[in-house]
Amino acid sequence: MIFKGIIIFFAFVITLPLIVILLYIIKQGITQVNWHFLTNVPAPPGEKGGGISNALMGSFIMVLMASVVAVPVGILAGIYLSENPRTKLAYYSGLCVDILQGVPSIVVGIVVYMWIVKPFGGFSAIAGSIALAIMMLPIIIRSTEQTLKLLPDSLKEAALSLGVPYHRVILKVIIPCGFAGILSGITLSIARIIGETAPLLFTALGNNFFSMKITGQMESLPHVIFTYATSPYDDWHDLAWGASFILLMFVLTLNIVTKLLTRKWKIQL
Amino acid sequence: MSILLVLIILGILTTLIMESMPSIKSLGIGYLWGKVWDPVQNIYGAYPFLIGTLLTSFIALIISIPFSYAIAIYLGEYNPKGWLSDLLKNTIELIAAVPSIIYGFWGLFILVPLVRTLEMKLNILPFGVGVFTASIVLAVMIIPYGASLGITLIRMVPSPLKEGAYALGATRFEVIRNVIMPYTRTGLFAGVLLSLGRALGETMAVTMLIGNTTALASKFKDIIFGPGNTMASVIANEFAEADHTLYVSALIELGLVLFFVTVIINLLGKRIITRFTNN
Amino acid sequence: MENTIVKAENYNSYFGDNHVVKDVNISINKNEVIAVMGPSGCGKTTFLRGINRMHELIPGATSKGKILLDGENVYDMNAIYVRAKIGMVFQRPNPFPNLSIYENVVAGYLLNGIKVSKAEKDVIVEKSLTSAALWKEVKDSLHKKGTFLSGGQQQRLCIARAIAMQPELILFDEPTSALDPISTSSVEALFHELKANYTLIIVTHNMQQAARVSDRTAFFYMGELVEFDDTKQMFTNPSDQRTQNYITGRFS
Repeated sequence: MIFKGIIIFFAFVITLPLIVILLYIIKQGITQVNWHFLTNVPAPPGEKGGGISNALMGSFIMVLMASVVAVPVGILAGIYLSENPRTKLAYYSGLCVDILQGVPSIVVGIVVYMWIVKPFGGFSAIAGSIALAIMMLPIIIRSTEQTLKLLPDSLKEAALSLGVPYHRVILKVIIPCGFAGILSGITLSIARIIGETAPLLFTALGNNFFSMKITGQMESLPHVIFTYATSPYDDWHDLAWGASFILLMFVLTLNIVTKLLTRKWKIQL
Repeated sequence: MSILLVLIILGILTTLIMESMPSIKSLGIGYLWGKVWDPVQNIYGAYPFLIGTLLTSFIALIISIPFSYAIAIYLGEYNPKGWLSDLLKNTIELIAAVPSIIYGFWGLFILVPLVRTLEMKLNILPFGVGVFTASIVLAVMIIPYGASLGITLIRMVPSPLKEGAYALGATRFEVIRNVIMPYTRTGLFAGVLLSLGRALGETMAVTMLIGNTTALASKFKDIIFGPGNTMASVIANEFAEADHTLYVSALIELGLVLFFVTVIINLLGKRIITRFTNN
Repeated sequence: MENTIVKAENYNSYFGDNHVVKDVNISINKNEVIAVMGPSGCGKTTFLRGINRMHELIPGATSKGKILLDGENVYDMNAIYVRAKIGMVFQRPNPFPNLSIYENVVAGYLLNGIKVSKAEKDVIVEKSLTSAALWKEVKDSLHKKGTFLSGGQQQRLCIARAIAMQPELILFDEPTSALDPISTSSVEALFHELKANYTLIIVTHNMQQAARVSDRTAFFYMGELVEFDDTKQMFTNPSDQRTQNYITGRFS
């Protein structure tokens, strides 16, 4: 009995920090959020007001660009892995996916810096998006692969026996049937990268001004939190709380969406 | 498409190696245990950061293990279904979902003052930031990884095994200790490895909480409770300011070391798990 | 000779080095119902799948010899064309879960991107479902997904789907082994009606079903076509001792 008590204690006590963090951010952050906050750029320290509109737009643009790259590549790779599990290429790419999943985000950042920022002479949202895309890939690939593996073979057979060529079987039967699972992988990967700062530190950096120019520096939600939280100005701290609140809401919503999507499929992500 | 994947990984590896080359060439293997990191004088020793990384990760690991295990045992064995366990499971997943920057931010404003008060009580220099603080937050962040893996593993213990023990009159505790634990031992070890892998690569939260000095304190007490640096955090802090090639290259070499360490640990953990689940 | 629809000449099938169908020669006429029976592992399903070239989709599966459909060797034709020309119904009913009943019936056209006007599609759907004895039961729920249908109804939907492609030949791979007795008899009754317009080859491991529904029966044993004869004749007076053993239940 004592043992059980100890177990229960440890198991539940850990929910405390989370609750504390959540409550604190909500409390501090929600007071910051208003229309002004969402539509203005940061004010210089000492001035009241200011907002995170540049960060919001920046995050939106970069996540969008990253998805445009990562989603097709990821889904195709996932399809390949689920359809051809025994080839050598499948083994090695599977290995690479595992490796990629473990690479620290900062390492991805400095590598993309070397690939793109240095040769092209400047920080850019494009570079940031590529770093984010690299981080999205393993999640999308794995969830696509596992969703498709769960589909019964009889589905493919039925389509093939009707004289449907292979690529159409994939496009018109397999992918639509596995759609929920594939989509959940996408939402999960977005939830993951929307809060990533390290890969953006040396790629997109940040930008005090509202910008949609993807070849230039761009601000992002997590980066703005980092900059303002570590600054010495109280006004900026307030901004950081507000931004944290918004970020948290996004992440939570995406995770709930993912949950709902995976309810149909028992996928281990 | 998968070929692209392989190319990306190979690309990452090659870039890291190539760019570290200058540093490797001039500093040699002594880099790994050099204690001085002085960009101005072009002396680079990674030792303090290795220590910082290992310390934070291991302390975080040690702190997190009882919690991960407890959660795994509770959800895997005591209470696998029901609204309470669903609630707990969702909470754990939520912990994993929160971006690290938020942990760092919160840690900076809430945890650091607390630690400061603690340090003052213990008569240590009240930095507030440092290895200790970073480890605590890191521990919270990695608990979900060990826990979710543990749950899967414990649920996989075959019922006949457990029932046999119960039939012999064993208590819940004894079944857990003598049947479940040994059976899942390898798997749980893999879970520890994966948590470690996560901890090693964690950057933002650590960067915000660790204090960022490049010197290694001499007294153990100071190392733990004073500011420090991990490989990841030093890259985060200094990369943007690195202005000469050797400096950049030294930082990239750090990245290379980080890459290898995390990749090896993660792969090891995954291999153990696949072997375990395929048995 | 004019009446032959399918003819196998020295047909062999392999899984890697495993020789599973050995030198089969058989000739099947139009509008016949042929039962293919034999113990587990005798090669009957593998042979069936060789006819519409589904066999080669399995990695490492190969075959030798000819299968003539209306005089032409299917192995000289485009495989996808062959599969579209020959209908197949599987052991487990497998309607497409993301398509409605209506769409399932015309799936062969939809998935291939073949343009058919709505009016024509309506006609095809009604005709196929009627031939599959399913029309009355589903005509008011055509646009719902077929998940509420019973096993027997789903299987008849699959039959309708195969019929919609207007094949001359329909292959059945143990079509009732996953169904309950009532559904089984409704599908068996269907065979009798389909015979008027199609040729059916039915693999079954149920001897009594073979005896009930077929005109002629082929008996496979260990990869060989042991005997192929008029059904009544085979079951009352088989020529081969192995057939006799199988029928009397010596092995199954």
